[in-house]
Amino acid sequence: MAVSESVSIDRIYEMLVTVKDPEIDTVSIIDLGMVEEVTTSGNSVKVVLLPTFLGCPALEIIKKNTMDAVKQLPEVEDVDVEFVFHPPWTSDRITEAGHVNLRAFGIAPPPRYFQEDGSWHVDCAYCGSTYVTMENIFGPTACRSILYCKSCKNVFEAMKPVSTLM
Amino acid sequence: MSASENVMSAEEKEAITSLLFQLADDDFLFAYRGSEWLGLAPHIEEDVASSSISQDSMGHAAMYYKLLEELGAGNADELAHSREANERRNSILTERVNGEGVYMETPKFDWAYQVVRSYFYTQAKKVKIDSLCQSSYRPLAEAAVKVRIELYYHRLHWETWFKQLLSSTDEAKKRMNEAITLVMNDFGDMFSFGNQKQAIEKYKLIDSEEILKDRWIASIESVFAALQMDVPTIPETVTNNGRNGEHTVDLNEALLTLSAVYKVDPVASW
Repeated sequence: MAVSESVSIDRIYEMLVTVKDPEIDTVSIIDLGMVEEVTTSGNSVKVVLLPTFLGCPALEIIKKNTMDAVKQLPEVEDVDVEFVFHPPWTSDRITEAGHVNLRAFGIAPPPRYFQEDGSWHVDCAYCGSTYVTMENIFGPTACRSILYCKSCKNVFEAMKPVSTLM
Repeated sequence: MSASENVMSAEEKEAITSLLFQLADDDFLFAYRGSEWLGLAPHIEEDVASSSISQDSMGHAAMYYKLLEELGAGNADELAHSREANERRNSILTERVNGEGVYMETPKFDWAYQVVRSYFYTQAKKVKIDSLCQSSYRPLAEAAVKVRIELYYHRLHWETWFKQLLSSTDEAKKRMNEAITLVMNDFGDMFSFGNQKQAIEKYKLIDSEEILKDRWIASIESVFAALQMDVPTIPETVTNNGRNGEHTVDLNEALLTLSAVYKVDPVASW
């Protein structure tokens, strides 16, 4: 009987890059900082994910897509995907690549910095103008807001800043 | 978790379970009533916002039911959908109808009531969540940190509506004041832990009822001062204490509606 090939963590991460946000196909769960931990035991893989928002209806789809992606590795026998809320997901977990990939979709990434009074600013996702207004802090999904750019006259979305400091 | 569960006494476990049911049922009913505004909110931006808040709140309830499932209280979906009214531990305020009429026919819902209920409830939730971040029950403390982050936006939203409507026309002020009276009539069990008060406080799962009440009042004082209004008084006594499973007929009707689809096929995977 052939000795089964051991599962490489790097290979799993390569597969996880292919798991995209179900609504934003330029952004992976790695980009979003949702992957907390990947562990292996023999040919079994466990992936621990952090939900962006607890009520996000995409979680089950993401879970299934994650399992399907990891199962594509022939050396993998079992995959377990678990959501945990500790540590809490915050928007500063979004990677630099995530910021670029969000912009590619027309979504402004969350601001890196807050003003002293807790307010923040995002620039237009299309033209980069700072001349924007917040139309609705709540957007089409829990993690997005709707803004309007007064320079290029486009409505655009931004990822909400989400921080434990709020 | 399993380690702490092993050393947990039956009394402590009952206290945790009881508190989790109160938190879960509160958010579940609050989210359900909020979702009844879908398509009826004053404008489309508000429709998006309040739906989002309802969805988040339902997510919080789902997480509490999951914690209950982990404690062996039963399957999370079943806890949410299948329990009878007398088993529910939500506050009376969260079960109240949105106004006259029903969603599918002629809803004459009261937006002032929704704003006041949501603001007062969300502020109460914030006071509790802040305290729960230090809960002796770790899974709950960790969950509270996550809820707290999301709650930031909800609180901001309802406080804005509250201030704006009370700084608006005479009719708006009149309707808001009527809503405040209605909401406060039902606020007596908001910070109650029911007959589990002693155990919940003894095991330091959350701060005492009295401390939470005082913090709630302190947290809204500046808003009321700016509006030149007196902070409303929390009733000392209650006709029905939701924490002990005493409810109004509004809850029966809500449970009938919200569980209708689930009961068609309880084993279905969603």
